[in-house]
Amino acid sequence: MHLAHYLGLLHQSQSNLAEAFRQVADAHHEEPDVEHLCRQQAKRCDRHAELLQPFARRYSEDAPQEPDRLHSELFRGTRTGGIGLLRDLQDLYLMAAECDICWTVIGQAAQGARDKDLLDVVAQCEGETAIQLKWLRSRMKSAAPQALVVAE
Amino acid sequence: MVDRIADPWGARTPYARGETWPVRVDEYVTTPEVDRWVQSASILHANGDAMDIAVRDGRIVGVRGRAVDRINHGRLDPKDLYGWQANNSADRLTRPLIREGGRLVETDWDTAMGRVVQRSKQLLDGPGGWGHLGFYTTGQLFLEEYYALGVIGKAGIGTPHMDGNTRLCTATAAAALKASFGTDGQPGSYTDVDHCDAIALWGHNVAETQTVLWTRMLDRRRGPNPPAMLAVDPRATPVAREADLHLAVRAGTNLALMNGLLREIIHRGWYDSEYVAAHTIGFAELCKVVDGYPPDRVADICDVPAAAVEHAAELLGASQRLLSTVLQGFYQSNQATAAACQVNNLHLIRGMLGRPGAGLYQMNGQPTAQNTRETGADGDLPGLRNWDNPEHIQQLAELWNVDPMTIPHWAPPTHAMQIWRYAEQGSIKLLWISATNPAVSLPELTRIRRILAKPELFVVVQDLFLTETAELADVVLPGATWGEKLGTFTNADRTVHISEKAVDPPGEARPDLDIFLDYARRMDFRNRAGDPLIPWTGPEEVFAAWKACSAGRPCDYTGITYDKLRGGSGIQWPCTEQAPDGTERLYTDGVFNTDPDYCETYGQDLTTGAEFTADEYRAKEPGGRAFLHTADYQPSPEVPGADHPFLLTTGRTVYHFHTRTKTGRAPQLNDAAPDVWVELNPADAGKLGIAEGDLVGISSARGAVQARARICGIRPGVVFVPFHYGYFDVTRDDRVPRAANELTITAWDPVSKQPIFKVAAVRLGKIADADGVVSPAPTIGSPPVGDAVPPTAGGPAARTTSRREQE
Repeated sequence: MHLAHYLGLLHQSQSNLAEAFRQVADAHHEEPDVEHLCRQQAKRCDRHAELLQPFARRYSEDAPQEPDRLHSELFRGTRTGGIGLLRDLQDLYLMAAECDICWTVIGQAAQGARDKDLLDVVAQCEGETAIQLKWLRSRMKSAAPQALVVAE
Repeated sequence: MVDRIADPWGARTPYARGETWPVRVDEYVTTPEVDRWVQSASILHANGDAMDIAVRDGRIVGVRGRAVDRINHGRLDPKDLYGWQANNSADRLTRPLIREGGRLVETDWDTAMGRVVQRSKQLLDGPGGWGHLGFYTTGQLFLEEYYALGVIGKAGIGTPHMDGNTRLCTATAAAALKASFGTDGQPGSYTDVDHCDAIALWGHNVAETQTVLWTRMLDRRRGPNPPAMLAVDPRATPVAREADLHLAVRAGTNLALMNGLLREIIHRGWYDSEYVAAHTIGFAELCKVVDGYPPDRVADICDVPAAAVEHAAELLGASQRLLSTVLQGFYQSNQATAAACQVNNLHLIRGMLGRPGAGLYQMNGQPTAQNTRETGADGDLPGLRNWDNPEHIQQLAELWNVDPMTIPHWAPPTHAMQIWRYAEQGSIKLLWISATNPAVSLPELTRIRRILAKPELFVVVQDLFLTETAELADVVLPGATWGEKLGTFTNADRTVHISEKAVDPPGEARPDLDIFLDYARRMDFRNRAGDPLIPWTGPEEVFAAWKACSAGRPCDYTGITYDKLRGGSGIQWPCTEQAPDGTERLYTDGVFNTDPDYCETYGQDLTTGAEFTADEYRAKEPGGRAFLHTADYQPSPEVPGADHPFLLTTGRTVYHFHTRTKTGRAPQLNDAAPDVWVELNPADAGKLGIAEGDLVGISSARGAVQARARICGIRPGVVFVPFHYGYFDVTRDDRVPRAANELTITAWDPVSKQPIFKVAAVRLGKIADADGVVSPAPTIGSPPVGDAVPPTAGGPAARTTSRREQE
């Protein structure tokens, strides 16, 4: 059973996203909404990772060797300025998107494994990840014209 | 004779439930010889009190409440009784000013407007030019002025960078109304006071902010079968002292309290399940969230007794005609929109809407803020249209005969705090500020002054006086004000009033409408036919154009004319052919404005502000039902810690409006509250060795101020500083930091984008003993714990008359 690998992938992705949210909050503290909401969302990601932990442990007993190229790297540090903010939010968006699709995949696997507890965790968290995507998209939509067309 | 400084609310005229509120005509004139009385209404608070202006020899000499008006039945607020004197101040701006060699010097209108137009055209030349211009307006102009400004910005220049100080005052009211009911628009009517059996005041010190509405409530409280009263406020305000139950919550925790109250109401079965089923969406989700807030947890978060939470729920749950009013204690605090939506939810689940007494006021702080929102001079689109609905944009494009692409609608209009951020970063290069004073009223003033002083930012300020903001401008345009120009405006319960011109403005000062129309002419904005985009020459023409824009929308003005507003009472919108006398209450049939083609928003997540799409909204199939939006409590962005152990909350006194631009120039009002103060609880003061009248230093991570102490009934751990006091009346060399917003944090609600003025972390220390100096804090709003302070009074200079209608 390979479920453990995907749980590990999502766990790692949630931890990476939490860390990236914190880095973006630090780098863009002059955008108070970005700072505040990134810190708030980092905590949500921490919580998601925490909730996944017991399942990752439970399923790791049955897991074969981890396949190659399981993890992707989507974040290499923050940038500055208007376009920098846009690119950083875009990185967060892609990382959140990875989590989003992982929740879908793990939800499907939980159905197959008849794992009600895991399904409950997925149900609780996937909506919050979806909101993160929505917020990032809304924020980028507002920022894009000024950053790309107006600012020098 | 009544001293309305010593007695801001005047004599009681008690009345019983269902009776008409008795008339009491308040008057203050400086001479008995009055040539004529000219109809108007108040622009020194949001209540919309109707009055007549007394004129003698071409000057304003007093005011008198209008007995026939539905809002005030003749009564006036002390700010109105005395505040008109500011019109006659010797330091009114009478000529335009331009910056030359670092100094502001007088000039003529051609030169001043020429500079503004030249800079505008230069900035507009090239792709993305629209994004270099920003407009920051107010809640104190007239409807016609806002609509003209809205069309200039949205169809002439095509910029989304338009907002007002309404963002600081009523943005959350609008956001909460849109979120719950589909569009902006106050469900209730002030007459609900006449019929209610309970009044809940959510962060609303109405006794000081809308005194006449408070008088109405007090008159019910002193009559037979008085309504019960609940107050939520960290301070022992006059409202809290009058209330049967006062919850002095820890600042920044309103949402936790609301969630707990809703939980109690639901658990005890005090909700109207039929109304919920027929007229709302989201009850199951609401129950799930509020279930996490039992009284004990609420007591922990809010620092109020669990039993008091239960008692409050009983008071609300027992009521058959509940009236709620919400203001800055919720709007300028943490999780503002979510907390305000919970008040809507309370009324929705109890079926307390749309009938006499079952009323809800998501209040305004400013007299004409409602119009800023309706006309799209702020972060809204004209006629309460939805920026994300292409059909709504098409309607505006046809109305104005412009390309829909001209009207910015790729995202919500830029909110004020973001406009200032763009100016800070340098992409906004021209900022036009009308009738507001951000150098005192915005958070974190050091930053705001730094932005205004940037040489590369061209700042235009349109005002009556050389305000703290105008001092930093590149061009200053002298405006005419209330009593000097014609127009209309609308109060918090949708009542439209006319305000006639009583006297000429001083010197070369011009009505704001004339200034905007002059700009439009000089900019030569054209429509698709090549004709002038803005062909209007005066207020009545703009009003006619606005009527066309409002047709078919919730704020439908088509049945209103200037003549209809003359002589009688104000009229509540919507006013149409079908409802020629206006509409007292909205949603009387439980059908809300949530139809996807009609609504003003497709909704947002209350925790992040994430926007939902049209498809997502349609999938909810609202079908005229209201939304029960909710969210979990989260702590404010800044909470007290070891370095800054106290919570700072800022606010108002009954004697002043905003940054005292007018009220500071009315002698009676200025003398009543001449300088800043800080309120502390006796226990906190004792620990710090601070006594009444001592000079105290207050500092946050952003700045520091000095103020004299008032030891009073504010809750422990919280200190209060009024935000009115700036520096205009202090010579430059003598200016000691005293503006509360030196301390406040740059942070805002994720949905309404309203800044958080009510939650910041500060530390305090004594600077000097009182040494016989009395704290300037008025005793009416914040009575001292001891009796060593003489009560605030106005003396002979404040004598007014008050006449009851003959029985």
